Amino acid sequence: MALSEQQELLQVKGLTKTFQLSAKQQKLEKTKEKVRTAVNDLSFTAYKGEIFGLLGPNGAGKTTTLRMLSTLIRPDSGDALVDGFSVVKEPDKVRSRIGFLTSELKLEDCFTPNYLFDFFSDLHGVDPAVRKERKAALFARFGIDKFAEVKVVNLSTGMKQKVSLVVSIVHDPDIIIFDEPTNGLDVITAKVVTDFLKELKSEGKTIIVSTHIFSLIEKLCDRVGIIISGKMILCDTLENVCGGMNLEDRFFEIYKETVGDGE
Amino acid sequence: MRNGIITIMKKELARFFGDKRLVVSILLPGVLIYVMYSFMGSAMKNNFGVDERYTPTVQAVNLPVSMEALLPQTGFAVITGTDVAAAKEAVTAQELDLLLVFPADFDAQVAAYQAASGQTAPNVALYHNSASTNSTFTYQTVVALLDAYEAGMVNKFDVNAGGESYDLATAQDSMGSLFAMLMPMLLMTFLYSGCAAVAPESIAGEKERGTIATMLITPIRRSDIALGKILALGIISTISAAASAVGSILAMPKLMGAAMEDMNASIYGITDYLLLAAVIFSTVLVLVTLISILSAFAKTIKEAQTYAMPVMILVMALGISGMFGGGASSELWAYSIPLYNSVQCMTGVFSFSILPVGVAVTVAANAAVTLLGVFVLAKMFNSEKIIFAR
Ligand SMILES: Nc1ncnc2c1ncn2[C@@H]1O[C@H](COP(=O)(O)OP(=O)(O)OP(=O)(O)O)[C@@H](O)[C@H]1O
Ligand SMILES: [Mg+2]
Repeated sequence: MALSEQQELLQVKGLTKTFQLSAKQQKLEKTKEKVRTAVNDLSFTAYKGEIFGLLGPNGAGKTTTLRMLSTLIRPDSGDALVDGFSVVKEPDKVRSRIGFLTSELKLEDCFTPNYLFDFFSDLHGVDPAVRKERKAALFARFGIDKFAEVKVVNLSTGMKQKVSLVVSIVHDPDIIIFDEPTNGLDVITAKVVTDFLKELKSEGKTIIVSTHIFSLIEKLCDRVGIIISGKMILCDTLENVCGGMNLEDRFFEIYKETVGDGE
Repeated sequence: MRNGIITIMKKELARFFGDKRLVVSILLPGVLIYVMYSFMGSAMKNNFGVDERYTPTVQAVNLPVSMEALLPQTGFAVITGTDVAAAKEAVTAQELDLLLVFPADFDAQVAAYQAASGQTAPNVALYHNSASTNSTFTYQTVVALLDAYEAGMVNKFDVNAGGESYDLATAQDSMGSLFAMLMPMLLMTFLYSGCAAVAPESIAGEKERGTIATMLITPIRRSDIALGKILALGIISTISAAASAVGSILAMPKLMGAAMEDMNASIYGITDYLLLAAVIFSTVLVLVTLISILSAFAKTIKEAQTYAMPVMILVMALGISGMFGGGASSELWAYSIPLYNSVQCMTGVFSFSILPVGVAVTVAANAAVTLLGVFVLAKMFNSEKIIFAR
């Protein structure tokens, strides 16, 4: 299947993001640099109906990239087109087309899954009739129905994560962006989540995940981009990236080349 | 109203009224004020007041004929006796309230006395015990009686001696001026504490808990979040302030003592209350907006409460200025300065001298400031430096 025939649902073009480091941060991270380049001229494309993985070590700039894609932060330069809409110029349009999920985005403790589903549906302008149907299906799918009226504060970590997942897709978005989807989850809940991502893919959704876990990429992703120090080092299909090796070995090879060159 | 604003308002109100602790925390000050003021009032009455059922006892030595008719008018029990030393001991022991010692031929001496002669005047000794409130009260009553008797003897003319009331201020006016002095200060403080109890929680709290970003990835307008929050917080703060105000109005007569027992807020008409409600709600919006903006700078609720302190000082200062301001301003510009205009309006309403146009200017000015604040807050919600500050 020729990639060029596929629809380019996400086009990332030269995204760059720097942060000013405060004096406190400089001390904390034992560094003298005043400006940290978290993401450096990053480009890639994700096609409709695929799972794209961003792989990189801690501090590589994965979360920063995904935050820019979900319009939470603005790039210094560069742009990304989500279903044709610019994250810089039309953030509202982008917001209604993506579902963004990260463990940093919390749900308010005092509300029930039922209330939160309705609340976020309202924020997304979902029609009440559609909302009801969707809620029933998703709650049943994740076993949330039994906990629909239990306050978030009283839910287990796994159930909370499932509720977060469901709430982030109340509007049935075409693109789902997921930062570290299995972080902090036990193997059973992690499998529920990865199975669901595959299911979404089969429905024709586009999924972007970030992780530092090789096995997750191997299990899920069609294509992978390797980020080190904010730069896209390699971006291709999983097969082409691995070139017959397993992903972990291949990654360390690349890592050595890159970091070795730099120092 | 836009759907987004209503969604946010509903959520804020649901969060608030779903949490019993939060509800209690805003209603409690009102209850506490009532209990504390009542307690202070009754404590003051016990310390400084005289039990009305108590009949003081006065012992008179050498009671002159002129006094025989006069002294019982006080309603005190009058006994006679000659043992001065024993009676003094009884006063010290608080068994006797007052010992009166007249010169032996008091009436004759008084009649013979010439003020111009330079001789010492006849002296009446009143032995009392200042440690006893009953004795002090008896002493003061009898001194007043003797003064009146003395004044009556050399009477050339009287001042206000008739039975009528000479103070032409109506009871309503004097009560109004008392309210006008106390209430702006109290109300402003209550309004501030109502706002300070909820705004940092809702703005800095959501930042601290990481829940605001979850809303920010949805297409809802930032200004809808800001306005929805401010309106909901305004409603909650108004309830809190109303609880405090009701508590203090109910407790005021108790604090002021028996003399003020007939003091109540029914001297104000429905228009007064409506004007006051408009002033209060628009003031709360200004305060909530100010504190929300300060809270948005903070990373934690604690930090937000610290940032709100200057607002508290400002509010208190304005409240106190209202106490000594000498009534509401008649200049319209005074009603265009938020918070200052609130104090002016409150003083005006309570002293029956409110200019409705002043209230109108106040409400308009406060609405303008609130809208400006909503704009600023929306900009802040859009700023990653504010929302994701590390
Ligand atoms: N708000 C911020 N202020 C300052 N520096 C930041 C900020 N956000 C991220 N950084 C820095 O940018 C770099 C990239 O961070 P990022 O969170 O994107 O990495 P990551 O790939 O998600 O790492 P991890 O696997 O640890 O989640 C890091 O060095 C981080 O310290
Ligand atoms: Mg990360």
